Amino acid sequence: MPFLPHTNADVASMLAVVGAADIDELFDEIPSNLLNTGRGNNEPAAGDAAGMSEMEMLRHMAERARADETGPCFLGAGAYDHHIPSAVWDIASRGEFMTAYTPYQAEASQGTLQLVYEFQTMMSELTGMDVCNASVYDGGSGLAETILMAVRAGERRSRGGPAGGRRSVALAGAVHPLYAAAARNIVGHQGIDIVRLPYGENGLADPSLLTELSEPPAAVVVQQPNFFGLLENVDAITDQAHECGALTVACVNPMTLGLLKAPADWGDGGADIVCGDGQPLGIPMASGGPSFGFICTRQSLVRQLPGRIVGRTRDLDGNPGFTLTLQAREQHIRRAKATSNICTNQGLLVTAATIYLSLLGPEGLRNVAGACHARTRDVVAALDLSRRFDAPYFHECVLRLGRPARPVVESMASRGILGGLALGPYFSDLSDCLLVCATEKRTTSDIRQFANALQDAVGRAA
Amino acid sequence: METIFDLARAQRRAGAQVPAPESVEDLPKSALREHPPALPEVSELQAVRHYTRLSGLNYSIDTQFYPLGSCTMKYNPRGTHRAASAPGFLDRHPLAPVSVSQGFLACLHELQEILQRATGMGSVSLTPMAGAQGEFAGVAMIRSYHAARGDTGRNEILVPATAHGTNPATASMCGCVVREVAVGPDGDVEIEALKAAAGPATAGLMTTNPSTCGLFERRIEEIAAIVHGAGGLLYYDGANLNAILGKVKPADMGFDVLHLNLHKTFATPHGGGGPGAGPVGAGELLAPYLPGPIVEKTAEGYRWTEPPRTIGRLSAFMGNAGILLRALAYALMLGSDGMRRVGEFATLNANYLAARLGQAGFDIAYPNRRACHEFIVTLAAQKRRFGVCAMDFAKRLLDYGVHAPTTYFPLLVPECFLIEPTETESKEEIDAFVDAMASVLAEAESNPELVKSAPHDLPARRLDDVEAARRLDLRWQS
Repeated sequence: MPFLPHTNADVASMLAVVGAADIDELFDEIPSNLLNTGRGNNEPAAGDAAGMSEMEMLRHMAERARADETGPCFLGAGAYDHHIPSAVWDIASRGEFMTAYTPYQAEASQGTLQLVYEFQTMMSELTGMDVCNASVYDGGSGLAETILMAVRAGERRSRGGPAGGRRSVALAGAVHPLYAAAARNIVGHQGIDIVRLPYGENGLADPSLLTELSEPPAAVVVQQPNFFGLLENVDAITDQAHECGALTVACVNPMTLGLLKAPADWGDGGADIVCGDGQPLGIPMASGGPSFGFICTRQSLVRQLPGRIVGRTRDLDGNPGFTLTLQAREQHIRRAKATSNICTNQGLLVTAATIYLSLLGPEGLRNVAGACHARTRDVVAALDLSRRFDAPYFHECVLRLGRPARPVVESMASRGILGGLALGPYFSDLSDCLLVCATEKRTTSDIRQFANALQDAVGRAA
Repeated sequence: METIFDLARAQRRAGAQVPAPESVEDLPKSALREHPPALPEVSELQAVRHYTRLSGLNYSIDTQFYPLGSCTMKYNPRGTHRAASAPGFLDRHPLAPVSVSQGFLACLHELQEILQRATGMGSVSLTPMAGAQGEFAGVAMIRSYHAARGDTGRNEILVPATAHGTNPATASMCGCVVREVAVGPDGDVEIEALKAAAGPATAGLMTTNPSTCGLFERRIEEIAAIVHGAGGLLYYDGANLNAILGKVKPADMGFDVLHLNLHKTFATPHGGGGPGAGPVGAGELLAPYLPGPIVEKTAEGYRWTEPPRTIGRLSAFMGNAGILLRALAYALMLGSDGMRRVGEFATLNANYLAARLGQAGFDIAYPNRRACHEFIVTLAAQKRRFGVCAMDFAKRLLDYGVHAPTTYFPLLVPECFLIEPTETESKEEIDAFVDAMASVLAEAESNPELVKSAPHDLPARRLDDVEAARRLDLRWQS
């Protein structure tokens, strides 16, 4: 009984208080045909009935983990191999953070609540927006929540006005295809239509396409840097979206905002809602989760924001303290009329990101962003392959291999190198293209190894 | 406590974390920010000390008894955290080729099988990132099933009046209309009300069992027959599965689809709000609609697959992988015997605590029923007699060094506490909680002001929620 404290004497005295002869009697309200009473004929768990010791379990899991260890990672596409300061997870893994529940009892949760308030401040600073929520699941599902929010905001903003009743959202062609898929799968159930705008020959969104849509959208979503690693003309897109009476939704990588223009400063009016995935901020790639999604917005739209929000207030003695606020938006109060069904969020990852941003500071984050760009520039320079798109790139770029990319990726993987993402499965016109990424962790030697392996693999596939 | 921003000074930094500057002259000026973001400028020690101190302001399972009803705040074994923190797991890229992912895929496949056996469902998708996303998947699958049959008039989701808020919110998010079904004085769903509600518009019924009243829904098979008879399907909200783990399989009760909360039943940490994981299981009818990707075992090894009529992915990658690995590690340590004991000892602890509180003078909401892993105390009499409400009672309990139970839920019972001790608490901890409850009850009678102005000994006195919502202060400003 690995985690049970009960002695036989405990069980006997507890049953006596309850007035039951044995534990089975406590299940006497359950129809007997449903009850698995037989010892042995019921196999709810894995393998061994007795269970493993911690030592055995760790050995079993470690063997599996070791099998997946690889060499240097040049794969990005939404999950990035950054350095994580040692202090981040030393502190985030403290039991007081890790084993607390959602801070419903504010007075017993000031640690988590103050931390989230600090997080909201940092994310607002990075994006230039007024407020940030305390996280949603990830970048993909977060985009869906953002689209639902934008449609709701449009309905409220212009009851009877120009944006009223708009149920479609325009998505730039180079928004992450897996975000786009998740968003469509979620918002489709509310009859919201996602219109994908094609990307141009330069890999970028063309703002003029917005004027050609059959019906004006509630919002326009653009990703910066986009899925191909390219810098979109966000000023022109923002202005054009506003011209059409649509909200501008910015999907961003928060790490890049150490260097890149805050979405609030895009174009004349700035983006209206900013979303993205926080994985680059001190969170391991860990097969894609847990990371966290975030949504920032203007004060005027805060009541449409899904997820938890922490506010500063005062206690009975007049001292400042923190509490969950605007809960009337949420499912446990508003039920069927809530802004979202989200309950559990990604709080522990927000904890890690807050510590990460404190350790990096403005200079550290800018230099991480700069180093990522510089290493990717080094990768491009080390290869005699052409880029598929000629627009400026940040820390990912698309290489044209001149032959199917998939076998090339497989061949590199067999040498222990994650060489990038073959784009064919996502964009049929890019099946000979490879999306590569370099972070600040990649050394000159990593890049040389990558370049050799890629050139070999391309040569072998020829 | 002062914020990290109060500690900051211009140009101070945690130098070991700052890479060397690089030229970014090649980037277009128009894309760059003109002013750096006002992130805190602190030393490494300042950051470490600040957040370590903040952690000390929290109550947590590791430090306090935490009987939060419906949340299953059981011990989160440290070994599971270590298992999931192996470099091969942490450094694995979500889009790494399957040829270099066989270890991870083997783990997921093993967990799928464990959850299939624990629930009786033939197929499991691990991808939903929390209970509410699992619910979304389940309702979306039910909708897709009806739509595929051309049965397009079904847009109503029935939920008992005691349902978690996520159930109706999920139904709305899936474009369905919610119809509540009354719950009778014995805590069970009113069969006649269900019969009246179920019909050609019924897409399905969502329910927990044991219910949010902590009671096993005794007529669940009849409920299933009524809903199925009307052409609807049954969704099992796994929030309370801990009570019957290893004892009853949801599939045997007649459910077609379910989610599990691994951060409850499978002991993964709640992280101060998350992450969770909400895998979805389905029987034959709905398995083709499960969200992907799912792991499949073939002669050549493990690989990803998509169910034939999938509702599609609900997040960018494949879910909260790190939580799934912790749940697997936990299940492996339990074994099938350990898993059955979870339900048994969770139930023993709840019934013992209910009996003790009854003896101490508290009103148990359903005194003639067995508690499952949780039960309800109503403080309506105390409010009437002493003017002390459930919220006051909860705040005073914090002063005694225990976390308060869930308050004011389910909505059906006035001034209620929903109390769930979980199986990992010892008799002594439970007895200490009974003592704390009894002391607060005595104080409510002798000195109600003391209780009404609680807490007194925490990092903050009672916080003003109304003020927080009226004068929004959502970010630090210098």
